[in-house]
Amino acid sequence: MFTANRGRLTLIGVVAVGAVVALAGCASGDPLAEPSSSAGGSTIVVGSQAYYSNEIIAEIYSQALEAGGFTVDRQFQIGQREVYLPDIEAGKIDVFPEYTGSLLQALDKAAVGGTSDATYAELQTALPDDLRVLDQADASDQNSWTVTADFASKYDLTDIASLTNVTEPITVGGNSELETRPYGPTALKDKYGISIAGFVPVEDSGGPLTVKALVDGDIQLANIYTADPNIKTNNLVALSDPDGLFFPDNVVPVVSQKIDDSAAAILNKVSAALTADTLVDLNAQSKNDQLSADKIATAWLTKAKLI
Amino acid sequence: MSFLTETLAWLVDPANWVGAGGIPTRLAQHLLFTLVTLLVAALIAVPTGFLIGHTGRGRGLAVALSGAFRAIPTLGLLTLVALWVGIGLNAPYVALTVLAIPPILAGAYTGFEAIDRKIIDAARAVGMSEAQIVLKVELPLGLPLLIGGLRSATLQVVATATLAAYIANFGLGRYLFEGLRIRDYGEMLGGSILVILLAIVLEGVFALVQKLVVPRGVTAGLPIDIRDGSSRSRPVMESTIEEGNSHVHSE
Repeated sequence: MFTANRGRLTLIGVVAVGAVVALAGCASGDPLAEPSSSAGGSTIVVGSQAYYSNEIIAEIYSQALEAGGFTVDRQFQIGQREVYLPDIEAGKIDVFPEYTGSLLQALDKAAVGGTSDATYAELQTALPDDLRVLDQADASDQNSWTVTADFASKYDLTDIASLTNVTEPITVGGNSELETRPYGPTALKDKYGISIAGFVPVEDSGGPLTVKALVDGDIQLANIYTADPNIKTNNLVALSDPDGLFFPDNVVPVVSQKIDDSAAAILNKVSAALTADTLVDLNAQSKNDQLSADKIATAWLTKAKLI
Repeated sequence: MSFLTETLAWLVDPANWVGAGGIPTRLAQHLLFTLVTLLVAALIAVPTGFLIGHTGRGRGLAVALSGAFRAIPTLGLLTLVALWVGIGLNAPYVALTVLAIPPILAGAYTGFEAIDRKIIDAARAVGMSEAQIVLKVELPLGLPLLIGGLRSATLQVVATATLAAYIANFGLGRYLFEGLRIRDYGEMLGGSILVILLAIVLEGVFALVQKLVVPRGVTAGLPIDIRDGSSRSRPVMESTIEEGNSHVHSE
């Protein structure tokens, strides 16, 4: 028994030391330090969110740039905005597909938003000096408050404000961060007087589990991105947003100083070809046909005669 | 080291200790979830393990199956089950039970297998029924390994139960997901520390249970002396085997 006890104590000790070392590593380490060390060369670092649709766009940017003779270092699936924004601001990532309204709200809590052009203009002034956005695409992928078609017809729902018609308790579902977003459940209460019964975290960014929860009636209101093909296939309704609770979220590349005129021209051409329907279609190829981001990107770029 | 100070600040903030999302509530949820999962897993794995250990049949199948179970990624299984039964706690219960079964099953049947066959034969020779052999001989002698299996299952479940928060407003995992999503690493590390502390406490409870439940004289599956109160040293099983072997050789 003594040896067993001593073994356990040693184990606890080892674990404790390991934890301290790991925490110290967290405090000073930088997971993105590696790619930035190559900043001297002509390699362009392209990043993407941990969101399949964003990765497709990043892959399209990457392949278009490669076709234009640039070397690309792909740093995809870097979490949510809170995680990667500091790295963009520090110039460690050169090209990142972003969404105008959401980025603006992340940069400036007091932003006013408005039309898509107004949001784009406001974003240009809100960005730090050494970053800029290139042309925005027609395609947008924005947050929405989505309900099932049955629920919408039952309570005669058209826009977000009409949720006050609902007489049963409304449970909201979505990623954890939704709870604290400026358009989250609190805003629904304060701005429209909609009573929200509770918040259920479903951590798949409006993915299949969120859709399933909505269809099953486990939640009544979900944040699903408007370019999601699931809205059509599952008979869901994205409530319209006449008051601009959600900012317009057009797809736009955020770029560093390293992007010269020729690279910018390539990306602008891509944005010009990226329409709203195109984005839904690209997403559907990933979700319904299970194609990989690079295959989808190559097929679309070839078809659009961009590579 | 700013993360560490953030973590400490999060842990001592009184606002985090009250309400439906407070630390006591989440800790209780986490503990309850862990216990229920272990209970269900034990109800399945212990009788099965005893049956395998007692009869010696189906061992190959059990090893292969529990090996395969161990290899299943819990988050993947959870998502798969949730797509079928919906969000809430059902899917995490299923996924975590699958995670907990292999170590308990292995503990149950290896506990029986570790017993010297001569003891079983002796029990049978004095006229014990099969049920008596299982309950009065094999169960007490196999207890240390069974509890070892339960301990290892508990450790895995208490850590992995954080995944329940993937699709439910439940348990300590909420702090990890929320902290990760909104980049509040103090909250994330604070939540992790609470999980670690809970794991250590449960480990301590098991150490105590093992001491109280296992018959004196039975340690690490080796029968030393089953009689109560004996102060004389008795040959342990290892030496019995050696004796037996040397005896065979000398013949």
